[in-house]
Amino acid sequence: MQFFGASAESNPSPLAPAGTGTGLLGNNTFMIYFFNRNGECLLYREWHRPLKTLESHQDHKLMFGLLFSLKSFTTKLDPISAEKGSLGVPLLPGQGCSFHCFCTNTYKLSFMESPSGIKIILVTHPKCGDLRESLRYIYNIYVDYVMKNPLYAPGTAIKCELFNTKLDQYIRTIV
Amino acid sequence: MAPLAPRSGDAVFASVERVNAELFTLTYGAIVRQLLTDLEEVDEVNKQLDQMGYNIGIRLIDEFLAKSNVSRCVDFKETAEVIAKVGLKMFLGVTASVSNWDADGLSCSLILEDNPLVDFVELPDACQGLYYCNVLAGVIRGALEMVSMKTEVNWVRDMLRGDDAYEIRIKLLKQVPEEYPYKDDE
Repeated sequence: MQFFGASAESNPSPLAPAGTGTGLLGNNTFMIYFFNRNGECLLYREWHRPLKTLESHQDHKLMFGLLFSLKSFTTKLDPISAEKGSLGVPLLPGQGCSFHCFCTNTYKLSFMESPSGIKIILVTHPKCGDLRESLRYIYNIYVDYVMKNPLYAPGTAIKCELFNTKLDQYIRTIV
Repeated sequence: MAPLAPRSGDAVFASVERVNAELFTLTYGAIVRQLLTDLEEVDEVNKQLDQMGYNIGIRLIDEFLAKSNVSRCVDFKETAEVIAKVGLKMFLGVTASVSNWDADGLSCSLILEDNPLVDFVELPDACQGLYYCNVLAGVIRGALEMVSMKTEVNWVRDMLRGDDAYEIRIKLLKQVPEEYPYKDDE
C-alpha cells in the first residue's frame, strides 16, 4: 500500500525562485533546522558545514534561543507598529513584526515561523536571494510528507525517508 | 518579494486535491458504525469521535496554514470568520456563517447549512444521544490548540436529531503564548 501516490505531486507554489547564485550548483545551502513550538529540534540536516563548534544539543538550544530573542528584540525596536510587548514577555507566534533573515559575510540565515509554531531555519551562502518563497515551499513539503504521514507522531524527531529525499531534491535547486 | 496575500476559501478549494464526496461520506459512516459496534455506549462513541477529531486537527492546522497563507488572526472574531469561510471551505467544500457572539467576544456559533458528512444518514432510535459529526468539533479544537488557543467546542443543534440546522458553539478559554522552554541553568 502506498501512502504517497506518485500522482499526488503537489505543486503548491512556483519552483525555486531565481536568485543570484554562486555558480556552485547544489552547494549553496549549508544547513536546515526545524523546530516546533516547544523548542524541540524536529530535524537538522547539513549539506556543507566544515566548521562545527558545539555538540548538537547545545547547537540546537543556541539556535532556538537566538531566534526567540531576536524576535523579541525586533518587535521591541519596531518603529512603525503601535503595540509592543515588553522585552522578554513571550509572544504568540505570528504576533509582533516577523524578522525573516540576517546576513553575515560568510552565511545568510533565513527564518520562517508558522502561526502553529513550526520554525524553519535555512542557512545558505550570502549571495542567495530572498528565500521566503523557498521557505514556504519547504513548509509545504513538510506538510505533505511529514504531517500527512500516519506513522509520524507530532512533536517527535522527523525520520521520514521520503521527506528527506524530497527536501534534498528541492534544496539542490535553490540558487 | 512581499509575502503572498491570504487566499480566499474558493481559491484554495479549487487548488487542493479533492476526493469523491460519496466516498468521503460513506467512509465516515463506516467509521461511526464500527465505533458503535465496538464501543456500544453512545457517550463513549462521542468521546472517541472527539478524540479522533482532535488528532486530525493537530495535523490539519499545518496543512491549512501552508495552503491558505493566512497570517495570524488579530482576534477571536477573525479566527471564527477564517474557520467558517476558508477552513471549512477548504476541507469540506462548504462554508458556514458566524453568529450569536456573546458580550465579551469569546464565544460564537458556526452555522452550517450543508454538511457533507451526513448525506444519506438517519439516526435510529437506539442512537439518539449520538453526536454523529462530533469529529468536526474535535478537529476545530485540535487545530485551534496548535495556534495557542484553548477552546471548548460543542454541538448545539444537529439536524439528525430533529433541529433545523447544524450549529457548533466555540468558546475561547484562553490564549497560551509560547514560553522559552529551556531553563537558564541547563
